Amino acid sequence: MNNPFGMTWLLAAPIDFKERAKAQANSASPNEAEARRLAACALDLNQLGILGKAVGKQKDFFVIKAGFTPLKLGIVASHTMDYLAAALPGTGLRHSLVVDVVLAGYGQVAQQVLDPSSDFAAQRPDCVLLAFDYHALGLSSVRLRRDDADQAVSAAIDHVSSMAAGIRDIVKATCILQTLVPPSDPVFGSLDARIPGSPRAMVERFNVRLFDEVAKQNDLVVDVAFLASKVGLDCWNDARGWHKAKLASSLDAIPLYADQICRVLGAARGKARKCLVTDLDNTLWGGVIGDDGLDGIALGQNSAVGEAHVALQRFLLDLRRRGVILAVCSKNEDVTARIPFREHPEMVLKEDHIAVFIANWSDKANNLREIAATLNIGTDSLVFLDDNPVERGQVRQVLPEVAVPELTEDPADYISLLANAGYFEAIALSEEDLARADLYHANADRVSLQKVGNLEEYLCSLHMVATLSPFKAAGRIRIAQLINKSNQFNLTTRRYSESEVEAFENDPLKFCLQVRLADRFGDNGMISVVIFDKKQDEWSCDTWLMSCRVLGRRVEELVLATVTEAARRAGAKRLKGTYIPTKKNGIVVEHFAKLGFARTGDLPDGGTTWVLDLADYVAPELPMQIVNGDDFSSVTDAA
Amino acid sequence: MSREENAERLCEVMRDVFDNEDLEYHDSLIADEVEGWDSLSNVRFLIAVEKEFGFRFNSGEIDEFKNVGEVLDVIGQRATR
Repeated sequence: MNNPFGMTWLLAAPIDFKERAKAQANSASPNEAEARRLAACALDLNQLGILGKAVGKQKDFFVIKAGFTPLKLGIVASHTMDYLAAALPGTGLRHSLVVDVVLAGYGQVAQQVLDPSSDFAAQRPDCVLLAFDYHALGLSSVRLRRDDADQAVSAAIDHVSSMAAGIRDIVKATCILQTLVPPSDPVFGSLDARIPGSPRAMVERFNVRLFDEVAKQNDLVVDVAFLASKVGLDCWNDARGWHKAKLASSLDAIPLYADQICRVLGAARGKARKCLVTDLDNTLWGGVIGDDGLDGIALGQNSAVGEAHVALQRFLLDLRRRGVILAVCSKNEDVTARIPFREHPEMVLKEDHIAVFIANWSDKANNLREIAATLNIGTDSLVFLDDNPVERGQVRQVLPEVAVPELTEDPADYISLLANAGYFEAIALSEEDLARADLYHANADRVSLQKVGNLEEYLCSLHMVATLSPFKAAGRIRIAQLINKSNQFNLTTRRYSESEVEAFENDPLKFCLQVRLADRFGDNGMISVVIFDKKQDEWSCDTWLMSCRVLGRRVEELVLATVTEAARRAGAKRLKGTYIPTKKNGIVVEHFAKLGFARTGDLPDGGTTWVLDLADYVAPELPMQIVNGDDFSSVTDAA
Repeated sequence: MSREENAERLCEVMRDVFDNEDLEYHDSLIADEVEGWDSLSNVRFLIAVEKEFGFRFNSGEIDEFKNVGEVLDVIGQRATR
């Protein structure tokens, strides 16, 4: 995990990789599945070279028999690209491409792209990668005057624009632009960010202008600057390699860089994956629903594991928003597998989000075939996410065209592995994507950036949705957690164990309330817990606590309105409140006063007692939508 | 590690980088004698040596190697594994 260039979502290459790759290169009848399996490994430069030779030798097989897409990629660059060129054909195989590279002579950009009779243009590349380094564009030394800096950046932009125009109009190929990787060594220090003429600032401005002024609709863009920043500029940039061989990056970066380029090429040729098929147990949630039950699985609840699974679900939902199809493939009883989707309060994904839901006991490769058939897409459009190495292995063996990210044992790593593998690379956000997103989320998250003048307007602009429910099994762990952890907004600081909380659920002498709050920025989860002891005339407050992150949202007024309504219905006349001071709960010393209670007395420990006459109480208008969730399924729908 | 052992490991690196299983080590071996050893694969070779032996050549060293024996000399002085 520590190699900054590591492609950790790929399996390590087998020890006999070289022999196997050569066997494919020299075979009279190459094997598509074997080639796919080899390409799906994390390969170093030597291994990519060997695999690339196999691609070169078996071009006809891959294109005609295996149906891979041939693509002639030209490269024109201001620096040495030979290593990248050698790595591309092997990498292309991973993306179902047969890449043929045409490399223009070093430093021959203008000569090759502006002359229709150049050797390069004569080879009729389909796409041309236009690769510059900041040295070559005159951005490597500091400019102290703003004008000079602007001029340097403009000159660089003009140069790249002309070369891009040459690629489009003279070579007649699709132009692939790159962002510039910034230098890693500061001239001033932090001030580099503010001095327009520092090399770093000039490179960053160049990158902004590249999108605004150079990139045209049909151009492709490879964001090398982002890739380098992910790896770390100090690792990416390699001064020695630059001086020795005009290498624009460390050689260790080449396999990752090549993969990034092939993803973009693949996306342009319709090879990006379309559907993510996810396992359930220990993938979407922690634990096994069939064994651990609804209350036993780890999902949210402020546990590191539970939150990691919620985060993954959010990420999958974002993928769906941008048009990736989600499917489920789980070894489970169907009815059991659906329980969390229907009943767990922290589930982000709902059954509606899942295009095909398969839970049975047959093998996963078969189920994946069925999912692809149902969706009318190829199995080579699938990504399969599963924590179980045995299932991953089986799918890789039977369906090597399915992308199967290698996962660690830590669910916190899943998003990163999935996101960085680049399975769903896109070259543009289409009108269709937007329309689909609108359809999915007509009401959900239209974040309006309207100006707000006062607190009330601000609260309204949050589009808060509060969900109130009695205590029940589904929220129990979080309730107990809040009861035992909340110190500040906590009137009595009484601690109860999970089993005591469970006992309250069915106690006819308790009125218990849990409150969740969502707003346009997301779901805050459960944020308030209230327990009242019911007597004939008087309900007295045993516990009232709230998460401080929703202070000032008027949630306490909502809670009071809810309690008073229930108390009135039960025929009570008064609510009684008690404040027990601790070192940490000074924030609520005036809580009952603010809500309109009258002070009735002082307790020996500095506490106070309060009463509210229900006859006098008028419920306020509140800036939130209120959902009375007898059952929790309504909670997350609203959120 | 002895010079002979290092030579054996160095030879493995060369076989790998230059994709030539028949390659045999001797001190006076030079690039011209090895098929596929050009200025490009030379950089790959030096970096593979660094990985195998756990150190980094400085720019002066990579400019000056006359034959494989000199590479092995530096390995002898600098190898950390």
